[in-house]
Order: sequence, then C-alpha cells, then structure tokens
Amino acid sequence: MKEEIHIINFDKWIDNYSDYLFNYAAVRVNDSDLAKDLVQDTFFAGLKSAKNFQGKSTERTWLVSILKRKIIDHYRKINSKKGQAEVRMNFYNDGENEGNWIEERVPQSWDNQSEKDIENKELRSQLDICINKLPEKYAMVFRMKTIQEFETEEICKELDITASNLWVIIHRARTQLRKCMEDNWFNI
Amino acid sequence: MFKKLKITCNEATTICDKNQYGSATLLEKIKLNFHLLWCKICFVYTKQNTTLTKLYKGHASNCKEIKYCLSLEEKELLKKELQNKSA
Repeated sequence: MKEEIHIINFDKWIDNYSDYLFNYAAVRVNDSDLAKDLVQDTFFAGLKSAKNFQGKSTERTWLVSILKRKIIDHYRKINSKKGQAEVRMNFYNDGENEGNWIEERVPQSWDNQSEKDIENKELRSQLDICINKLPEKYAMVFRMKTIQEFETEEICKELDITASNLWVIIHRARTQLRKCMEDNWFNI
Repeated sequence: MFKKLKITCNEATTICDKNQYGSATLLEKIKLNFHLLWCKICFVYTKQNTTLTKLYKGHASNCKEIKYCLSLEEKELLKKELQNKSA
C-alpha cells in the first residue's frame, strides 16, 4: 500500500520539491547549471531507491538528504582536483620568515575607504568577481559562512571537514579577497 | 610567559578572520591583541577586515533576497526524463 502511494507521487515530486531543492543547491554551489544537474541526479537517485524510502521522514527531508550527499560528492571532487585553481600564498611557509607576510602581499593603506561606498553596486559586482576568482572550494566555504551565514557546525557537517579546517579555508579566502579588492577597488 | 603569547602574522590574521564571525576564543583574542601591539601590518589588516566584513554583510543581505527557481520548461523536461527512467 505504502509503495503505491510513493509511485503515484513521482510526478508530483518535481512540482512540489524541485524549486526547494534547486534553491538549496544553488546557494551552495553558486552555479545554476551545476545546481540543476545535482537536482536531476537527486530525483534519479530518489527514483532508484524509492523502494527503500520507509516514510519515516517527509519526502522532502529524504530528497534533501540525497541532495546533501550529491553536494558533498561534488565538494570531494573539486577538492581532489589539485592545481586546478592556483592558491596564492600570503605568508612565507618555511625558512626564518615562516608565518610572516610575503612582501608583495602586505596590506597597503587604502585610498577610497569611505563607508557609504558599501551601498555601491559596482563595488558589489567587483566583490563577486573577486569571489569567483577564488579556488572553488574556498569560494564555496566562504559563501556558505559569510554570504549565506550558516553556522560553523552546519558547514562542517555538510562538507565533512573539521572546524579548524574551515577557519584555515576562511582565512585563505579572506586574505586573497582582501588583496583582490585592494588591487581592483581600493587602490586604483 | 610572553613566549606563549607570541604568534606569527599568519596565525594572527587567522584569528582576526575568525574573530570577524565572533568565533575567536578569549585566549586567541589576547594573542591577537598582543601581536597587534608591535605589528603594524596586521594592525592595518585588522582595520581593513572590519570594513570588508561590513561590505560582505551588505552583500549577504542582498544575495539572500534572490530566490532561485526552475522555469516551467525545465520542470517539464525533468518530468519527462524522470518518466523515461521509471518506465
């Protein structure tokens, strides 16, 4: 009986859940084509394992949990693609200068650092350009923490990383972003 | 005693970034402030970081208003593919 109900619901899945799932994926991967693929994969996986769905949770929760796995898989994939996006070092990582600023990366004082600029549209689009220049893994964690304002534990759980891992990624993302914004906005 | 408080610029800015989200511990904050006493570069970094946090927050509230939706055509396409798979 139960199974029958779920078979009937297949067609309604897309009407009921696709926007929610798409939104869920899009804020995390920030690429709508990729988000669409992930949602599609989720539906396919859901279809395949519908027999195993025991109705203990709602369908939506169940589909979201599948989507979460898909996002983690994606994260793992970009994580293992080494050397795909160059990570700019900001600090010496060995020798007697270890942990010190690399000279050309030292923060300069900013010329046009006025507070009202923060409402500026051009500034926002420059910020987006800079975020997109980050390695994908850094951009993803930075967006989740800073733009979507997820809790640290939530991100760690979703991406299967430790908290100190997360802070190192945030740190690298922010120092790179700072440099990018300095070069392209504050000191030009 | 002071040796324990001594940290590198890399560590100082890591704490500074963490602190932007209110997540630095008391000991970390002490270490950071001790570092800032003598390191002008990280002092500048800290100041700029506050400005950037405001910028990110403004950006965040903007981005949150955007809702992502699939178009009707895309949904129909999905339905068809799902049907093909289930058949």
